[in-house]
Amino acid sequence: MPELLDPRAIGTDLARRDGAAKVCGTATYAFETPVERPAFAHIVQATVPLGRITAVDTSAVDALDGVLAVLTAGNAERLAWTDDRELAVLQDDEVAFRGQPVGVVIAETSELARQAADLLRFTYDEREHDSELTVDHPGLYKPDKVNAGFPTDTAEGDVAGAMATAHATVEQTYATAMYHNNPLEPHATTALWDAEAEVPLTLWDSTQGVHPARSTVAKIFGLERERIRVVCPYVGGGFGSKGTPHANLVLAAMAARALPGRPVRLALTRQQMFFLAGYRTPTIQRMQVAADRTGRLQAIAIDVVEQTSRIKEFAEQTGVPTRMMYASPSRRTTHRVAALDVPVPSWMRAPGECPGMFGPEVALDELAEALEMDPVELRIRNEPEKDPESGKPWSSRNLVACLREGAERFGWADRPPAGHRDGDWLVGTGVASSVYPTYRQASSTATVRFEAGRYAVEIGAADLGTGAWTVLPQIAADALDVPVDDVEVRIGDTRYPRASVAGGSSGTNTWGSAIVVAAGAFRDKFGGDPADGDEVSGDVDQAERDSDHAAYAFGAQFTEVRVHADTGELRVPRLYGVFAAGRIVNPRTARSQLIGGMTMGLSMALHENSVWDPRVGQVVNHDLAEYHISVNADVADVQAHWIDEHDPWVNVMGSKGIGEIGITGTAAAVVNAVHRATGIRVRDLPVTLDKVLAGLP
Amino acid sequence: MKPFSYARPADVAEAVRTVATEPGAVFLGGGTNLVDHLKLGVARPELVVDVRRLTSRAVVDLEDGGLRIGAAVTNAELAADRRVRERYPVLAQALLSGATGQLRNMATTGGNPLQRTRCVYFQDVTTACNKREPGSGCTAVGGSTRNHAILGTPGVLPDPTAAETCIATHPSDMAVALAALDALVHVQGPAGERLVPFPELHRLPDDDPSRDTVLEHGELITAIDLPPLAAGARSAYRKVRDRASYAFALVSVAAVVPGDGEIRLALGGVAHKPWRARRAEEILRGAPLTEHAVRGAMEAELTAAQPQPGVDGGNGFKIPLVQRTVVATVRDLALEA
Ligand SMILES: Cc1cc2nc3c(=O)[nH]c(=O)nc-3n(C[C@H](O)[C@H](O)[C@H](O)COP(=O)(O)OP(=O)(O)OC[C@H]3O[C@@H](n4cnc5c(N)ncnc54)[C@H](O)[C@@H]3O)c2cc1C
Repeated sequence: MPELLDPRAIGTDLARRDGAAKVCGTATYAFETPVERPAFAHIVQATVPLGRITAVDTSAVDALDGVLAVLTAGNAERLAWTDDRELAVLQDDEVAFRGQPVGVVIAETSELARQAADLLRFTYDEREHDSELTVDHPGLYKPDKVNAGFPTDTAEGDVAGAMATAHATVEQTYATAMYHNNPLEPHATTALWDAEAEVPLTLWDSTQGVHPARSTVAKIFGLERERIRVVCPYVGGGFGSKGTPHANLVLAAMAARALPGRPVRLALTRQQMFFLAGYRTPTIQRMQVAADRTGRLQAIAIDVVEQTSRIKEFAEQTGVPTRMMYASPSRRTTHRVAALDVPVPSWMRAPGECPGMFGPEVALDELAEALEMDPVELRIRNEPEKDPESGKPWSSRNLVACLREGAERFGWADRPPAGHRDGDWLVGTGVASSVYPTYRQASSTATVRFEAGRYAVEIGAADLGTGAWTVLPQIAADALDVPVDDVEVRIGDTRYPRASVAGGSSGTNTWGSAIVVAAGAFRDKFGGDPADGDEVSGDVDQAERDSDHAAYAFGAQFTEVRVHADTGELRVPRLYGVFAAGRIVNPRTARSQLIGGMTMGLSMALHENSVWDPRVGQVVNHDLAEYHISVNADVADVQAHWIDEHDPWVNVMGSKGIGEIGITGTAAAVVNAVHRATGIRVRDLPVTLDKVLAGLP
Repeated sequence: MKPFSYARPADVAEAVRTVATEPGAVFLGGGTNLVDHLKLGVARPELVVDVRRLTSRAVVDLEDGGLRIGAAVTNAELAADRRVRERYPVLAQALLSGATGQLRNMATTGGNPLQRTRCVYFQDVTTACNKREPGSGCTAVGGSTRNHAILGTPGVLPDPTAAETCIATHPSDMAVALAALDALVHVQGPAGERLVPFPELHRLPDDDPSRDTVLEHGELITAIDLPPLAAGARSAYRKVRDRASYAFALVSVAAVVPGDGEIRLALGGVAHKPWRARRAEEILRGAPLTEHAVRGAMEAELTAAQPQPGVDGGNGFKIPLVQRTVVATVRDLALEA
């Protein structure tokens, strides 16, 4: 058991260190990096969903003044590594999905680059494509494993037997839509290639990890990592879509290499983000749950159908939370994937848990209804003593405390009866659980140096707006036992020691642990009165790591939904979340993360939906006027609370991840509330007004 | 994006002359719709003629008790005008339900009714669209149709290749209110001024879906008149959408009860133009506006409705939705009285 840090700076409400620069507009983002004489690149996309390019006509572009280069498969450099076909851009004539990059134009201005891109003429030999996911798609297959390395299928006990004999059962199919991450800042890069320089390639890139991005680029271009620098002080949101590089980064580097000495800027347009920046696969979830008279689960099963791109497998681990969430003697989870002629899916906030906490948490509500039992009580009754999947004890598990405190804060006991009407509105309340695993990455290094009377901590971490700029100094201060003002943390540059991706809610856990190791080594070596320039590094792999416990953050979300009795319009007066996520390092930044996650979950419940047109082979509502995300007017009171949880096993800060748990379960809570208001059970997201019209008076 | 020239003529006459003689010229109002289209390649003009400073930016009282709104008056200014709020609440409500504060600060009285459809295929130059490129066909039929028309749709449906096929809706909220108010549009053309009754400004796709309105190339909207309403008149706008703000209408209703036994109903989100529910109005003339009567009248209005199937579930829900919304709007107006 690691010895917990004595929290002094940790737990305080420190204001964001980067806040002033951001609100004053002086924080520089990738695209606006100050460089001399930038050129501008624009990506040209395929307009057929499947086929081969038979001809490229650049004549209209050749006549334009100010166009610096046009790269297509015909003249682009051959890449050293092409196994990842999402990233192997401009290497051949094949078109694997509509919107795939088929060229890039570089020009003196962005307007000119865009104009020239419009004037390029590609001729295609189009083939019939297959881009529609269905529950019985003939191409469904069982992947070797699902994301994060989990087994594809698991089974224990006898689900069919329990379904046949149990007192109450629910067997239903649920569906989540396709979602696009849509961070406010698009994917963008400023790239510079200077063959003479010691570090020839510099990429100022909007990324969730400078080191992982550098490794990928190094491999693709056959360059040594040391010959590349990736810089990213600020990120305008990523939500997973900047967790691994996409085609735009490769194209930006290619464009820069085609124009040595000239910095090149490349940003995706909002529309392009619907083709090239990843997305969450739609999922179809067949659920089976069975319970005895007292509400004890006898079986829980989820069979997931989802999609990937034919050129790259990405198998979302949707069924994984069902493996560990509740106690049940019989359990089954399966994943089947269809490889389609579609863009490449990728990471999106709480991959696995976000879609995977929809079907099960609605099914439990349906079960509670069948049992005539309070859905809060049903969940409490199925609390497992240890992790049902691994058999390990929990590092800490406070779901029940979250449910109880949430119910108390919400006034659950006095909630209005089903179908309650208040004026023009039908009122319903709903609950669902939240969960997210506590991940720590294998490698990250921090350096602590004493500089001019202060402590500089360097680590190539990324702050996607989450608060790393602020939270890491708090951890360093406590580890060094100095006031937080004496610590300066430097992140977002491969010049600093190697750090892991900001993903899987693992950043604070991983980087914080590395910083604590470095700080301890620093004190051991130099004591309390170091000399200027004293420096030491520490690595996360030297931090104590517990593998005997199952570590997760838990939560419960409660919501009140109002459905207009005339029109079916849905509004959410209240959305409350209570979480148990270890020690909260900074309540201010944590609250933002939790509320942000819940808001995104609300958005998934009510609005978000990438409308796929399988005839055309693309998302058709590909801008923010048509792809709706929830706005302030949709919801009145969003509250995130947490219980005081001290997890002795996860790390010396006692902290679990908080970036993703907020989005899990929210959509189920909303659907459950809509059912209580209207009697209509919406099993496919989003819950739009047309789906509840039939339940209105 | 295609390069274009920009001109800011000295007066209305010059602006009209410039556009009328140059086939590739367009007027620019607040630019909140046109500039997007320039970027997307939906509009590819040679010349953009800025008229924002040429027409009036005032709302003036007319002798008959009505109001004249200059074409340069912004949506925000118009919605805030006390006379509009008191005498024409339907218009103020419609304006405030549209877009966002920032957009309403830019959008103009001339530009708003002439904004173009939000059909996703119209806005994507890689897909066929008869409105954007006459004769190219229609990708919307059988596609994503949730936001599309159920009334006044062409007889050739569902043939996606016919040049007449178009199921686009007109997206403006303001226009629905103006249709119910029987507003009058002042249009300046090369041959002089003409007045167009607002309900006749927009057209159905018919034989040419590329034309949204009856305006000829080079005709400029200079002002819009609101006819007077009697002191006891009531009006309201009800917009229904998934998202509570910053979303176009799934359906909307502008209802005006002038107080002479008549009711005027205009519907948004259901047709290629703001749809005056003439049939329902006729049935309800002189009748007490009970829920039962309004429901029956709307049933008659909607008998011709053509729900569109689609990859997103289609838009059949608009039939019950618009009916429910009209009933509720008229009921609430009656309660107000
Ligand atoms: C994200 C978003 C959401 C929106 N939501 C809504 C909504 O909910 N409800 C709604 O009603 N609207 C909505 N709008 C649309 C907005 O109201 C219109 O873009 C705006 O009213 C257009 O006015 P404008 O002056 O900017 O027109 P412009 O963009 O300048 O012009 C539009 C058209 O009118 C022509 N034109 C302009 N002025 C004149 C004139 N005087 N005479 C003749 N032709 C002219 C132009 O040539 C062009 O074809 C939204 C827009 C956006 C971008």
